[in-house]
Amino acid sequence: MNRINQKLQEDKKLLSIYFTAGYPNVDDTATIIQNLETSGVDMIEIGLPFSDPLADGPTIQASSTAALKNGMTSELLFEQLKDIRQSVSIPLIIMGYFNPMLQYGIEAFCEKCQAIGIDGLIIPDLPVDVYHSEYKATFEKYGLINVFLITPQTSDKRIHFIDSVSDGFIYMVSSASTTGAKVGFGNTQTEYFERIADMNLKNPQIVGFGISNNETFTQATTYAKGAIIGSAFIKHLTKNGVNATDEFINTIL
Amino acid sequence: MSYNINNKGYYGAFGGAFIPEMLYPNVEELRQNYLKIMAEPSFQEEFHQLLKDYVGRPSPLYFAKRLSEKYNTKVYLKREDLNHTGAHKVNNTIGQILMAKRLGKNRIIAETGAGQHGVATATVCALMGIECIVYMGEIDIARQAPNVARMKMLGAKVIPALSGSRTLKDATNEAIRDWINNPVDTHYIIGSAIGPHPYPDMVTKFQSVISEEIKWQLKEKEGKEDPDYVVACIGGGSNAAGTYYHFLDKEHVGIIAVEAAGKGIHSGESAATSALGKEGIIHGCKTLLMQTPDGQITEPYSISAGLDYPGVGPLHSHLYKSGRGEFYSATDDEAMTAGLELAQLEGIIPAIETSHALAIFEHKTFHPDDIVVISLSGRGDKDLQNYIDYFKL
Ligand SMILES: Cc1ncc(COP(=O)(O)O)c(C=O)c1O
Repeated sequence: MNRINQKLQEDKKLLSIYFTAGYPNVDDTATIIQNLETSGVDMIEIGLPFSDPLADGPTIQASSTAALKNGMTSELLFEQLKDIRQSVSIPLIIMGYFNPMLQYGIEAFCEKCQAIGIDGLIIPDLPVDVYHSEYKATFEKYGLINVFLITPQTSDKRIHFIDSVSDGFIYMVSSASTTGAKVGFGNTQTEYFERIADMNLKNPQIVGFGISNNETFTQATTYAKGAIIGSAFIKHLTKNGVNATDEFINTIL
Repeated sequence: MSYNINNKGYYGAFGGAFIPEMLYPNVEELRQNYLKIMAEPSFQEEFHQLLKDYVGRPSPLYFAKRLSEKYNTKVYLKREDLNHTGAHKVNNTIGQILMAKRLGKNRIIAETGAGQHGVATATVCALMGIECIVYMGEIDIARQAPNVARMKMLGAKVIPALSGSRTLKDATNEAIRDWINNPVDTHYIIGSAIGPHPYPDMVTKFQSVISEEIKWQLKEKEGKEDPDYVVACIGGGSNAAGTYYHFLDKEHVGIIAVEAAGKGIHSGESAATSALGKEGIIHGCKTLLMQTPDGQITEPYSISAGLDYPGVGPLHSHLYKSGRGEFYSATDDEAMTAGLELAQLEGIIPAIETSHALAIFEHKTFHPDDIVVISLSGRGDKDLQNYIDYFKL
């Protein structure tokens, strides 16, 4: 069974952490992954940097630009991760924009992911409809789970379609926004969280965007299976370096 | 072969809507409604009334006698520079503001390179009393200062794009991010035939008034609707799309595109997308774009802010790949020289974007009997400082 599905069966709320590969330093990728696993994180999203990350706010834009300046590429990321399964067993997801994957070749990209032990992908600008008609078979051939986003504006009908195409979890974007930690959730979020919880979807939901501390993590996971933190962790990395992950994770859990 | 969009939103292999889910409701709302709204008699009436009384259409089709003599062919200039606000861009913003109103939106965002689209958007927002926010690269704010001042005077808020190359691509990124953050009340008026479906088709249809007029104007002057060639410069490709539209399926009309070669196609400082680009995704659209082998979008260069874009609209990728269009590129120097030449032969100072189209005569020789219609997409007022600096006037 895919490590993501295994993890989702555990009777606990899950913490997933996003970081940008190649940031702060180009060779930090494996170290950050190992440290996150040791710190008790449940799942990791490895960000493949892109020059024009449309769905991202200033923090992830800046880490992506820095990572590309540091020389990060798809090929280099695969090289850095080739032995990662010798040291960690945590579910690993690559999150990146579609164009770099398209240039690598979708089949070649998926094949590489499987060889390394990547469990899934999150591609914000690959719409579920295109995935469903053109790429689903390839992803499945290489045992990869593709994760889709929903937002407060996504219609019930589309959520049900996304649920039917998904086989892992649904990435629930907390509010209409680009990535970047803002403080606190209001009534709108609570209503949205409740609406989704009441839909009884087949896939569990993990909330992302706007989670930055224990309070927002707790609010999100009251309704959902887990939560994802990105920008807040990148800010922590920028300030404290790669070896202080415990310090950050302890403030969340 | 058809050169029009198919029912899935593609021109051949190019187009589609590769957008994050956050944009889906807005883009889908537009996709489901744009053709219906455009077909409404009340929409058509208001659109054409404004084009006539406010924009000043039809724009003249002017026989350029001295230019024709110099290049020994028959050159007509389609005078989009005489439109209100000074370029073709306003044809699209009039259409889109009417669309936005019918969709119930009360906040408008736009990106701009040369500032012409920003000015045209700020203008229609002032006309309709709607809030307007324009994203513009920091570099472009500096090189197109008169247009920044115009936008401000028209009541728009100009927000500098500080990321990447700080030009048109980055302004577009910022506008898209704004739309993600304001998903309910906002309409994004894209300024070229780019972006996710249905934008390229909608912008093309609003701009198609250019070729619609060329047909009857040429019939009046030459006794036939079809020229031998239509020529336009290409940034994202909106003035070109409008100029070609009614001739796309008439194979006897040659379609000529001129891109910006910057300092030379292979200088590393260029925006000649068809020559340098590879198929990929930019701003929600599958099309040709300049990129690294790793799929990172390359920062383009052109002296002209409006052509300084690493991609090209999907219609044009299809025209290029299918061989229907002839693609050329003009360097900064060729364009500037062609701009000065038009000023001195015809008394018309063109926008630097347009000067690229005029540089076609450096690259192609026409037959004396050929009727060549060039899209004079904009006037050069905004570029005066650049011309002065370049020619030490
Ligand atoms: C006068 C003029 N012509 C051409 C362009 C290029 O845009 P497009 O290719 O969409 O016509 C611009 C863009 O700013 C412009 O201002």
